[in-house]
Amino acid sequence: MTEAATPAATTAPFSPQEIAAEGIKPDEYAEIVRRLGRHPNKAELGMFGVMWSEHCCYKNSRPLLAQFPTEGDRILVGPGENAGVVDFGDGLRVAFKIESHNHPSAVEPFQGAATGVGGILRDIFTMGARPLAVLNSLRFGSLEDARTRRLFSSVVAGIAHYGNCVGVPTVGGEVYFDPAYGSNPLVNAMAIGLMETPDIVKSGATGLGNPVLYVGSTTGRDGMGGASFASAELSDESIDDRPAVQVGDPFLEKSLIEACLEAFNTGAVVAAQDMGAAGITCSTAEMAAKGGVGIELDLDKIPVRETGMVPYEFLLSESQERMLFVATAGREQELIDIFHRWGLQAVVAGTVIAEPIVRILHQGDVAAEVPALALSDDTPIYHRELLAEPPDYARHAWAWSESALPPCDAAGLEDMNWTAVLLHLLDTPTIASKRWVYRQYDHQVQNNTVLLPGGADAAVVRLRSQQATPPVAPATCKTGIAATVDCNPRYVYLHPYEGAKMAVAEAARNLSCVGAEPLAVTDNLNFGSPEKPIGYWQLAEACRGLAEACREFRTPVTGGNVSLYNETVDSAGVPQPIYPTPVVGMVGRVADVTQVVGQGWQQAGDRLYLLGSLTDVTLGGSEYLASVHQTIAGMPPIVNFELEQRVQAVCREGIRRGWVRSAHDCAEGGLAVAIAESAISGERGADIYLPANGGQRWDTLLFGEGGARIVVSVTPEQTPAWDAYLMEQLGNRWQALGTVGTAAMPLRVLASDQTVLLDATMAELHHAWAGAIARRMMS
Amino acid sequence: MKFGVLVFPGSNCDRDAAMVTRDLLGQPTRMVWHEESDLADLDVVIVPGGFSYGDYLRCGAIARFSPALRATLDHAQRGGLVLGICNGFQVLTEAGLLPGALMRNRDLHFVCDRVHLRVERTTLPWTQAYQPGERITLPIAHGEGCYFADADMLKQINDREQVVFRYAAADGSLTDDANPNGSVEHIAGLCNTRGNVLGMMPHPERAADPMLGSIDGLRLFEGVLAAWAGAAPR
Repeated sequence: MTEAATPAATTAPFSPQEIAAEGIKPDEYAEIVRRLGRHPNKAELGMFGVMWSEHCCYKNSRPLLAQFPTEGDRILVGPGENAGVVDFGDGLRVAFKIESHNHPSAVEPFQGAATGVGGILRDIFTMGARPLAVLNSLRFGSLEDARTRRLFSSVVAGIAHYGNCVGVPTVGGEVYFDPAYGSNPLVNAMAIGLMETPDIVKSGATGLGNPVLYVGSTTGRDGMGGASFASAELSDESIDDRPAVQVGDPFLEKSLIEACLEAFNTGAVVAAQDMGAAGITCSTAEMAAKGGVGIELDLDKIPVRETGMVPYEFLLSESQERMLFVATAGREQELIDIFHRWGLQAVVAGTVIAEPIVRILHQGDVAAEVPALALSDDTPIYHRELLAEPPDYARHAWAWSESALPPCDAAGLEDMNWTAVLLHLLDTPTIASKRWVYRQYDHQVQNNTVLLPGGADAAVVRLRSQQATPPVAPATCKTGIAATVDCNPRYVYLHPYEGAKMAVAEAARNLSCVGAEPLAVTDNLNFGSPEKPIGYWQLAEACRGLAEACREFRTPVTGGNVSLYNETVDSAGVPQPIYPTPVVGMVGRVADVTQVVGQGWQQAGDRLYLLGSLTDVTLGGSEYLASVHQTIAGMPPIVNFELEQRVQAVCREGIRRGWVRSAHDCAEGGLAVAIAESAISGERGADIYLPANGGQRWDTLLFGEGGARIVVSVTPEQTPAWDAYLMEQLGNRWQALGTVGTAAMPLRVLASDQTVLLDATMAELHHAWAGAIARRMMS
Repeated sequence: MKFGVLVFPGSNCDRDAAMVTRDLLGQPTRMVWHEESDLADLDVVIVPGGFSYGDYLRCGAIARFSPALRATLDHAQRGGLVLGICNGFQVLTEAGLLPGALMRNRDLHFVCDRVHLRVERTTLPWTQAYQPGERITLPIAHGEGCYFADADMLKQINDREQVVFRYAAADGSLTDDANPNGSVEHIAGLCNTRGNVLGMMPHPERAADPMLGSIDGLRLFEGVLAAWAGAAPR
């Protein structure tokens, strides 16, 4: 049937351009008409446009997300609510989730990043949890590019602005720089909160006749249609979409946190939903659909910040710092008083009704009336065809082998010795110290930050209730939460399935390196267009890898975010997708926060060990290959689940028993960079001995990358017990590396025949690593 | 000794301060909502860190008009102890309880770090637990901590020995690198002429819990307690 033949299309009150402008495809429009039994009006069309965007309804990714494991002993709330909730024991319940704000940050980096933080915080306190930490996962182009430097500094400033003001510490994160993200940076924020209410606050509306309260800030025309905007490719014209970027007010959000938690503790709030993407449309539809009821909302009651707004604008506004509550009938005034005391808006704007529809009233008329399920649950799904064979780019990359590299020997490459290579790698912004970034974030407010940023493989925050009566003695709060965000996108680009598995493995490894037991995952899938065969292949393969790895590590996925269409259409009309970037946010339980370890070596004389294999590494997809040889190729490291879990368990147990005094995983830059970072962090040199290279290239041994590898230091008195434990647990899959030196000693790596492979003073290492980003930002 | 911690809508270090006085030191502590005006029951008023009322106009510019801050002025007038930390320091300078002003940091970035301080005066109740010239380490976290006073005011401040803390290198020297925000004469904290009001950009309450590492800041609170115990009628 052709389009012209459908009655819907022939009589549509909108031009195809108007329909497309809402992000709705012709087939979807026909489906809307079928469901309503009539044509939608402008307001309704806008509602469907945002609710059926990928951002809100996951129409491309839902079938793929279905394979994630979501259940476990400690999972109290899985996907589907505003955030996942995990049981940390002793009554401690932790809410956490990650969310992206990529498109807004590309066109308005400061506010885009700031409101990204604001949005994820609301997801947390909407559940009844007080936000206790934020982490960020960021991707930018090359810092040699002035535009990237502006994006980077504005995003960091935006995150700092919001997080610092709202009083939630930004305790960790990761930043990668690669030309693949040149005009499409990624800004993912993960927030963690500790439940303060006896019951977890859910979002399903219940109780016919219960009042619906609008609380928080006023509604304006800002952020119109942000969800649709976020679900399309960026182009040269995207800058014209700046009105789709919201403006945040962290001061209001701080007051909103306090007022909401106070309100939830009255017991008068039946359900709550934050107004994020698609604002009033999304919150009413989701609350109604989840509760199996309807909501009638009167726009005339909504507090506004500008005049003359039409229903379409009310419904699609993404003004920040707003929430929708369903309250117990008769107790609305009690809640309103709390919000007024905090200087916030609070009005009864609607009612829970039996008919399962969202009915919007405006100036006495029905402005929109749509079945709630049609908007939020029963949304379109696209099952796309997966490529039968891996695409050419991947197969071509896999064909690469080390034989393509120039020759090398124990001294180095022809034109660069290994010390110079190490210093070069330490100076690459992806590997270098991120102090320039985290120094701008308040990472200590709330007085619970156990490990400061930069000093360990994961952030650790003490779980201490701010609300308990009587107050808890801080010394009794031993349980902590460790958190990390990870993804090596080059691995995922080269092999989406293996790369995604490795992202999970690395997250678990980072938690293990501070002594934490991995518990649960929130994921942020940042990909290109799923409508293209390669884009969909990357997404599908990565999801398969994530699902498998999360099952292996028994870390269920409790929710997350999908950000597709991360592509830049250049002036010539050619789309440039980002690297597929499935960011894994993982949380773990620390039984005793006084027992955690960082990555820095603690004392001269401590013995160094590599847990895992010295030789099972590859230069495929490595930072060395990319930044020294300008080659993006090869098969990235393959995850060995059995070894990975053993190595991680050994590391955790070593920390628990007090044997291990520092631990650092070998990631980008391989063993050489890992030991250099531990040396810099601990401000001590070392002599490291590598056994004969057994025919492997020296660069592979030094800079090759692989999973299941952790460098630890152990006090000499404990080494007999430790060695025996290693033999028992790992067999021969570990290696004694050498001994920690003094602050005055250099870091040296020697071959077994005493040939010096690497020799750098602490000052040289520190200079290369510590100032790499600041130097580029000043250029 | 009874502590009160002011709470403006944008305060965010109020609970941290109370954690120290109430949970770590076991002293009666109450939160003082910004609309309150009776502080008669308090011995020490803490104006905590944060962004009072959002601070969109200028740090502390609105907070100084609040009833709780007017009551704090009366409290100080009566000789009561007042401690302004970070945003609290900004509020106290805005309110005229302390001289000078705090401006955007030298490099225009917010800065969160641990810095060395040289204790310049130990004859105050606030600092009697420290040794003269002692170097301590405290956290900082601010975007507008660059202290400024003009030459005349500086002379007066120095003549009256009002400077309590200066940013310094580990060896106590006043190098440029050791000054995180460009403060004039490295001033990190200062008191009024009477010595009962102290304002400081560093956060002593963030270096008070042994579980989190440093306790250099705890000694400030312990010093106040000891001074009060010595001064209070038995």
